[in-house]
Amino acid sequence: MTDFLSFSLADITAKLKAREVSATDVATAALDAAEASQGALNAFTAFDRDKTLAMAKASDERLAKGEGGLIEGAPIAIKDLFAVEGVQTTACSHILDGFKPPYESTVTTKLWNAGGVFLGKTNMDEFAMGSSNETSYYGNVINPWRAKGSDAKLTPGGSSGGSAAAVAADLCFGATGTDTGGSIRQPAAFTGTVGVKGTYGRASRWGAVAFASSLDHPGPFAKTVKDAAMLMQAMSGHDPKESTSLPLDVPDFVSAAAASIKGKKIGVPKEYRMDGMPEEIETLWQRGVEWLKAAGCEIVDVSLPHTKYALPTYYIINPAEASSNLARYDGMRYGLRVDGKDLTETYEKSRAEGFGPEVQRRILMGTYVLSAGYYDAYYLKALKVRRRILEDFDKVFETCDALLTPSTPSGAFELGSKAGDPISMYLNDIFTVTANIAGVPALSVPAGLDSSGLPLGLQVITPALDEETMFSVGAALEDAAGFNHKPGKWW
Amino acid sequence: MSNHSYVLQGATGDWEIVVGLEVHAQVASNSKLFSGSATEYGAEPNTQVSLIDAAMPGMLPVINAYCVEQAVRTGLGLNAQINTYSRFDRKNYFYPDLPQGYQISQFEFPIVGEGEIECERDDGSLFTVGIERLHLEQDAGKSIHDLDPNATYVDLNRSGVCLMEIVSRPHIRTPEEAAAYVKTLRTIVRYLGTCGGDMEKGQMRADVNVSICRPGQYEKFRADGDFKHLGTRCEIKNVNSMRFIQQAIEYEARRQIELVEEGGAVQQQTRLFDANKGVTRSMRSKEEAHDYRYFPCPDLLPLEIPQTRIDEIKAELPELPAGKRKRFVTEMGLSEYDASVLAADKDRADYYEAVAAGRDAKIAANWVNNELFGRLNKEGLAITESPVSADQLGQLVEMISTDVISGKIGKDVFEIVWSEGGEPKEIVEARGLKQVTDTGAIETVVDQLIADNPDQVASIAKNPRAVGWFVGQVMKAMQGKANPKAVNEILKAKLNIE
Repeated sequence: MTDFLSFSLADITAKLKAREVSATDVATAALDAAEASQGALNAFTAFDRDKTLAMAKASDERLAKGEGGLIEGAPIAIKDLFAVEGVQTTACSHILDGFKPPYESTVTTKLWNAGGVFLGKTNMDEFAMGSSNETSYYGNVINPWRAKGSDAKLTPGGSSGGSAAAVAADLCFGATGTDTGGSIRQPAAFTGTVGVKGTYGRASRWGAVAFASSLDHPGPFAKTVKDAAMLMQAMSGHDPKESTSLPLDVPDFVSAAAASIKGKKIGVPKEYRMDGMPEEIETLWQRGVEWLKAAGCEIVDVSLPHTKYALPTYYIINPAEASSNLARYDGMRYGLRVDGKDLTETYEKSRAEGFGPEVQRRILMGTYVLSAGYYDAYYLKALKVRRRILEDFDKVFETCDALLTPSTPSGAFELGSKAGDPISMYLNDIFTVTANIAGVPALSVPAGLDSSGLPLGLQVITPALDEETMFSVGAALEDAAGFNHKPGKWW
Repeated sequence: MSNHSYVLQGATGDWEIVVGLEVHAQVASNSKLFSGSATEYGAEPNTQVSLIDAAMPGMLPVINAYCVEQAVRTGLGLNAQINTYSRFDRKNYFYPDLPQGYQISQFEFPIVGEGEIECERDDGSLFTVGIERLHLEQDAGKSIHDLDPNATYVDLNRSGVCLMEIVSRPHIRTPEEAAAYVKTLRTIVRYLGTCGGDMEKGQMRADVNVSICRPGQYEKFRADGDFKHLGTRCEIKNVNSMRFIQQAIEYEARRQIELVEEGGAVQQQTRLFDANKGVTRSMRSKEEAHDYRYFPCPDLLPLEIPQTRIDEIKAELPELPAGKRKRFVTEMGLSEYDASVLAADKDRADYYEAVAAGRDAKIAANWVNNELFGRLNKEGLAITESPVSADQLGQLVEMISTDVISGKIGKDVFEIVWSEGGEPKEIVEARGLKQVTDTGAIETVVDQLIADNPDQVASIAKNPRAVGWFVGQVMKAMQGKANPKAVNEILKAKLNIE
């Protein structure tokens, strides 16, 4: 009996608590299903069966005593960006070959403290740089979803593609991701899952391999908005080891996911109505507006005038920070080292061999925009535009409680279809990057299928620190959409 | 310029030099700037390294508030502006002893701004040096190239240790002034307890900027602040002793003069001082200079210090050497010279003040400056290693100033305490070294001497200074214990000397 793998996190934890099923059984079933899916989906990069079963056993012991945390006994998949003590953590880069951290990230520590059971490390774009999971050193993940009448391999999105696929394929009850420009919300939209990032600083970055520090937001993938609220609740909180961590108590996200949204003002930003946007995205968005109206919300047209500058701004700040953050991978202390005839050549060879093309592209871009003579024109200007974008959000949230937008400009695309065209790949982030630039909470909730039967998501963005409204509106959309589609199991 | 000018004769005329210093001072703190690792000197390699110092993936810096306060304290000691807002930036470059691939420093917004300090030349004259800024930064690790011909070893114990970079204005005009400036800085940070100042342990080191100019040009620079009046500077990195600072400047000035006089031009360069050969060598030219790609460190929030906290720190600041020197002169009546020698070092000043407390300040100063320091120098000991404690010396000073013992006996007692230990009062008591002030006893000896030496008495009439012979004989007869003042008075009376 492994059909309990299709349960939501809320349901499985209820059953675990009621002792209808043991954490060990659940973990074993999840491990078996995950391992069996590897050949087809390639969602994982590492397992540690002993660790998983030991954690499940400890969970069973707590459950037997009537103890346990919010997600007690539930197997959770962890994006390979998060350090899990003693388990290979490589950010899916060749340069971190064989790296096993002697420490545990804050987010995973909090999840384990809440009773979560480590299931495995999930595949991702190398250093989280990508929107299709194709830049992973371990090969791309394949989306469990297929277009109607086609067995073409689709991207699960990126960079957190493995986590999204693992949740969508019922291999776990939740997963961690990181969202730097949409790396949780875009794959969530592509896989019919819920993806959330909180306010910048809500979940700690400590122990997560840094990509672009001021934009990186850890967050969960889940099957439902309530599940996502549970996971976000568990992984959030002040971390004295992180200087940008919010020194605030965590609100009750789980209750918020069940709260009424009657009377809330929902803004619809006109700048998100892009030229050439597919009809079905527009239709889905309009449907979302109607659902929220029906739930008692007031809909207001709003403007975020600097939206068009968001993507260029993002693609300056992001590579600038990345170029510096990735300087530590130099072949000297851990990971891959390719010896050259002298120090410089050792650096060059190690980094040329260790980093894939997309990572090298970002390092080059970042180095360029920070260089003497270009800093003012690029990096400094980007910081100024970032300030304007923040002000856009501050202003718009004076007139509404949340924004509703599509999550992505399209559904999942075929693997390889955009691989040669970085600009077209970067455009995937067009609706999601603004929330990273502004550091405000945002969520993607599955809201329907496109004409080829692939999931599409709607995005809810709320003011900084107001994840509660985000979860409330997200749950209302989920209810109204009644999205209960699952990918047909072909793997 | 006064007689303190440093003029170098070249083939084409006279030259002067202009020097500015960047001093790296290690903040005295138990842990590093962004991690909890220890900073103790001399530990086994790589034993004081945290995951942060080694730049493991996902590690993040958290500022050490104590280091920040030490910087504020130092800034106040430099009479400088303390910036309530400052920011950390990343300085990016690759080197194996720089695990992060960047140094976290303060580039655009330093914690301390403009200030100035008064420095003293060897002859006691004073000069003022402007401080441009002080900022906080991480130290790098240490690369060790000489353990293996084919490999470099890296010790990360220093990686992440907190440094203050103190940047002077180019207000230094001679090699001697450069050393005097560094000495003054060292004295100030030691007084404040913000840096140990031990150059041998790498707690202080200097980057020395040197340029040459024709006489009169510097004055123009000071008048309008325009660097065009000055020559192109070269920066000599990491000079780690006062002597080397002076030697490096002397060599570098000569090198630049020769270069220019041969028709060449000074290129802006980073140079290294080779202490063995006493020369500077080019490390990299301006073209080869690193592009450090400074940008705000996204892992740290801007540093904001409330003015109230700055005021509190200011109120708790100890007395600094300049103030102490003045007080020694005005309140304790010391000479400028004595005051200056005593105030120059906090340990010495503290020792002196303990000796002088409630006693004759001048006699105390003489004893500390002459007997004690002379002896310590001879034995190569620091004041903190003195075998004679301030309390012991204080007893001695007290007995001398109250005529219990003579200065000469005092020296004997000092020797006994130095080599054997013991309490001076007890030594004087036990060994019967107290002065004889009993005039009857002295008179008896004097009368006997006058009776026995009629020739000497006769010579006194011609030369009253010959009384010295009688003083010596009295002292000899009384084993040096006679009160010299009483001996003199009695002799004068008996020999009818005016």
